[in-house]
Formats: sequence, structure tokens, C-alpha cells
Amino acid sequence: MGDRILEIIKTNNLTKKFNGFTAVDHISFSVREGEIFGFLGPNGAGKTTTIKMLTTLLYPTEGSAELSGFDVIKKRDKVRKHIGVVFQEPALDTELTGRENLDFHARIYGLDKDNRKKRAAEVLKLVNLEGKKDVLVKKYSGGMKRRLEIARGLMHYPTVLFLDEPTLGLDTQTRRAIWEYIKKMNKEEKTTIFLTTHYMDEADYLCDRVGIIDHGKILVIDSTTSLKNAVGNDVITLSCSDLDELGKRLGDESWIKNIKQHDTFLTLGVKKGEEKIPVVFEIARSLNIKIKSISVRKPTLDDVFLHFTGRTMRGQEERNTGRESRPPIFRSRRR
Amino acid sequence: MNTEEFQAIYIMWLRQMKRFIRSRSRLVATIVQPLFFLVILGSGLRSAVMPGMVGDDYLAFLAPGIIAMAILFSSMFTGISVLWDKQFGFLQEVLVAPVSRFSIIMGRTLGGATTALIQGFIILFIAFSLGIPIAGISGLLLTIAFMVLLSFTAVGFGLVLASKLENFQGFQIVMNLIIMPLLFISSAFFPIATNPDIPNIIAKLSFFNPLFYAVDGIRGSLTGINNVVNPLIDFVIVLVICIFMLGLGSYLFSKSEV
Ligand SMILES: Nc1ncnc2c1ncn2[C@@H]1O[C@H](COP(=O)(O)OP(=O)(O)OP(=O)(O)O)[C@@H](O)[C@H]1O
Ligand SMILES: [Mg+2]
Repeated sequence: MGDRILEIIKTNNLTKKFNGFTAVDHISFSVREGEIFGFLGPNGAGKTTTIKMLTTLLYPTEGSAELSGFDVIKKRDKVRKHIGVVFQEPALDTELTGRENLDFHARIYGLDKDNRKKRAAEVLKLVNLEGKKDVLVKKYSGGMKRRLEIARGLMHYPTVLFLDEPTLGLDTQTRRAIWEYIKKMNKEEKTTIFLTTHYMDEADYLCDRVGIIDHGKILVIDSTTSLKNAVGNDVITLSCSDLDELGKRLGDESWIKNIKQHDTFLTLGVKKGEEKIPVVFEIARSLNIKIKSISVRKPTLDDVFLHFTGRTMRGQEERNTGRESRPPIFRSRRR
Repeated sequence: MNTEEFQAIYIMWLRQMKRFIRSRSRLVATIVQPLFFLVILGSGLRSAVMPGMVGDDYLAFLAPGIIAMAILFSSMFTGISVLWDKQFGFLQEVLVAPVSRFSIIMGRTLGGATTALIQGFIILFIAFSLGIPIAGISGLLLTIAFMVLLSFTAVGFGLVLASKLENFQGFQIVMNLIIMPLLFISSAFFPIATNPDIPNIIAKLSFFNPLFYAVDGIRGSLTGINNVVNPLIDFVIVLVICIFMLGLGSYLFSKSEV
């Protein structure tokens, strides 16, 4: 049928090895036209490496990928024309003004004079930077730089925009604002968006579908709603006088989707967490166990991650930083 | 080549110019340092007798050397500044664009050459006003050609360094251990090959120094005295070195991944 959903990114066993170390391990997935797709994963999962292969900056070791139907190895120039990229590390010329950075981009993408002017005004408006366009970028704040980069990524009307951790290191307010811009351009410009993040709330708010990636492998691809449902809509964390006992008892309850015992606390994945707190208290009292603290929260990436990998992200990040051996040039800089 | 590639070359060049004009400290440093050499060393030793030097005008001997030095440093800096772009992430923005690596290199090289030539001309002008003799108009044109070639060569060398070095410490080491000695035995500051006080082996070695031909060529074409080799022969040698260096630099740059 003609109304088949167009797959704008399609990979097949895409793999990248760095001297024998596999950073991206035979991943196959596709992104549909017009959607916001997110890669969610901890540090070192292979998110940036995947983006670099899809944007022709790194050669895959194995496998293939297509973008708008163009092979990322054989049709590099075609691919490059169709994509916009906002890299994890800032990639602006700080000695130039915002406007000059956009102009540089427009020219190097071959926009003609009228288009350069018109489009620069449009994208600056989109990210609310009209007032700062003639200021040197080195005088911008981190959030302003990020907004400028997003605007720049849109200058040449890309079919797909890649955003590598778009809100890393920004304050809550700026993050919210950037989320709004991302939504807006997805809607108004019909730009397909591929983003990476390690914030669950970000993926939750922005993405239609999310892939969880760890150690270079995709563990699951689904909508954020389904991912969270797998964990339980809410997570109850509690500590008490006898974790083993209470844990065992709660394990028999069918309304608990999953239960996990940690060193000093228990986590329960449930629906309607607030209503379940009294029930938990009731059970604890019947066993003569004293609850010391209890809280309900929405599931985080950590919970989802834990559910699919059986490990917490935190423990893994610590191990990762311990063996970080990338040359300084590749280390991500936080603004 | 289509118009888009020209656009890319132009904007790379323009960026280079804007950065040059805006970075006052660099502007000042790259002009003031050679001027110190020229004015203080040149005037101070103007009537000194140099072993191996023809005539009695040391300033006229020194000026070509200082012009070469200024162009060399400035252009190498342009080439090596790819390392800055890499460090500050901007290189990715350039490499992900749908233009050939060749245009990117061209733009940068032309930008570097333009800034280097501006500096070279300022020194040339000051040398004139201090009264150095010039050989003639055709000699002057040949001098400019040498300046362009030297600049391209040095940008190419800078690109080679930028693709091989990981950080700026490496750059310092190269400057101190390779460039300065080469400069000293290039006859930029004092005669080498004709100097009776220089050990024979060093005099011989100086003929393997690419910089020597650039300095000697500028000297031969600009003032017409104290050059060791015919400027046209210098020119051919410098041209060959230039093509090789720029080719190698571009090749290494185009191979680099981010
Ligand atoms: N150029 C490189 N050379 C060697 N190893 C690399 C290189 N780039 C990345 N790696 C390794 O590949 C793995 C994946 O890195 P990548 O940058 O893709 O992770 P990421 O998911 O983007 O992480 P982060 O959240 O920290 O940005 C890491 O273990 C990293 O050390
Ligand atoms: Mg990354």
C-alpha cells in the first residue's frame, strides 16, 4: 500500500570496533519519517558512536545504514546534505558571532543569498536568539550556545536532525525551553529527530519511541509508556527493620509488577503508587516490621534500565570511569 | 568544481580572516616579534662585519630572513590551528558538511596565506623604509612568489603536525627542536654556506634544509646580494617542496576521522 510508513533511518547490523573493543555491536533498527526517536543509555553505551556513523564521521566496521535511502558509506555527500547534527560537545566558532556561525553554516551547505538571510532570521526566531545574534559566541551562556547549535542544525532544512544529548549540563528551565524548541521544529518543520539522552524524563517528554542501548547493544525499542509500564507506573522505595522478611512477603502480592532488594532498601514497581502505600504499611504491621521511610516516584531511566539489564546504571558508570582511556580530545566536555 | 565548493572555500577563507583581525594579541605578537628582530638586531648590527657576508649592510642581509620567519610562523600557526578546531569541536561542524575535504583545505590554506602575506608585506615595507636596497621590479615579484610558496608550504607542514600530534605540548617540542634549529641554519640571521667560521659539516647540512632555499630565494630576488644559489633554482626547489608538503598535509587531513 502507498501509505506504508517511510523508514528514514535504517541500520542493519551496524557495528563499530575501536582496536578490538566493540563500541557498537550489530545494531539493527529503523526510525520512521516525522517521529522523534531517542537512544537512551548510560555513559559509554555507544550512543555517540552510532550518531557518528550515521552522520558519516566514522566508518562502520561492519554492517550498513541508510538515511533517506542513501547508504552512509557509499553516498556520503547525499547523506550529509540531508542531515543536521548537534554534537554532544559544543561545535561553534566562539570567535564569531551567532549570526556569523549561521552564515558559515549556510554557505558551506550551499544556500543562496536570499535563503541565507531568510532562514537565519527564521531559525533565530525559533530559538529566541534574535537579540543576541550579533554578539560573539564566547559571550553566550551554555544554554544560548545550545540553542544556537540547534538553530544552526536546522538552517539547511535537514530531513533528519541528530541531537546528541541536547540538554546535557543545562539547568531545568533551559532544558524545558529546549524541549519546547525540539517539539516545535518536529511539528512545524516536519523534521525527523534522532536524539540521545540519559535522562528518562527527557525521553519521556520528547520521544515517540525509545531504544535502550547498553554496551553497544539495543536491549529494547518501544514507546516510553510501554517501557514504564514494564517497570510499573510508579516506583515505591522503602526501608524497614527487616528487608528480607518484608521482601519475601511482598513478593507474593500480584499487584506488584516487580520487586528488587538493594542493600538498604526495597523498590517496588506498582500502579497508582499513592494508594499502595497504606497497603504496604498494613502488610508490614502484620509482620511486626517497622517501616523507616517510604516514597513514591515516577520511574526513572535507572528503574527501566534496571528492569531490562538487572543492573543499576550508577554502578556501571563508576566502573566505566575507572577504565576510561580515551584521549582527552574525545572526552566529552560539559558546558 | 561547482559553485558550492567555491562558497565553501570562500567561507573558510573569510572565517580565517575574521579570526585573524579579531585576535588582537596574535596580530600584535606576530608583527611585533619580527619587527624587534629587524629593527633591534638589524640596526644594532648594521655596520658590524659578518663572516661570510658580502657588502657591509647587515640589515639588508637580515630583512629577507625575517620576512621568511614571519611567514613561516604565521602559516604554520594556521595549519596547526586545525588542532584547536578539533579540540573545540568546530572541526566536526566542518567535516559533516556536504563539501569536499579539498575545498576545506583550500579555504584554510588561502586564508593562512593571506594573513601571512599581510604580515610579510608589513615587514617588507618597514625594511624599505629603513633603506634596504632592492634589486628591481621583477625581483620584487619573484619575492612575492616566494612568500606565497613558503606560506603554502608552512600551512601544509602545520596540517601534517596537526594530524600527527595529540596536543599542544607536542607542538612546542616541534617548534623548539625542529623549527628553531632549521631556522638557525637557514642563513636567515647570518651566513652559513659562505661562512668560514661555521663547521664544514653544518655548512653542508644547510643544503638539506628546505628553509634555506626559501630564505636564499627571497634574498636573491629581493636584494640580489648574498644569495648562494640562483633564485630561479631556489624557486624550483621551493615549488617542489611546497607541492609535496601541501599534498601530504591535505592527504593526512582528509584521512582524519573525528
Ligand atoms: N575514538 C575512540 N577510540 C577508542 N574508543 C572509543 C572512541 N570513541 C568512543 N570510544 C569508546 O566507545 C564506547 C562508546 O562511546 P560513546 O562515546 O559512543 O558512548 P556514549 O553512549 O555516547 O556515552 P556518553 O553518554 O558518555 O556520551 C566507550 O567505551 C568509549 O570509550
Ligand atoms: Mg555520547
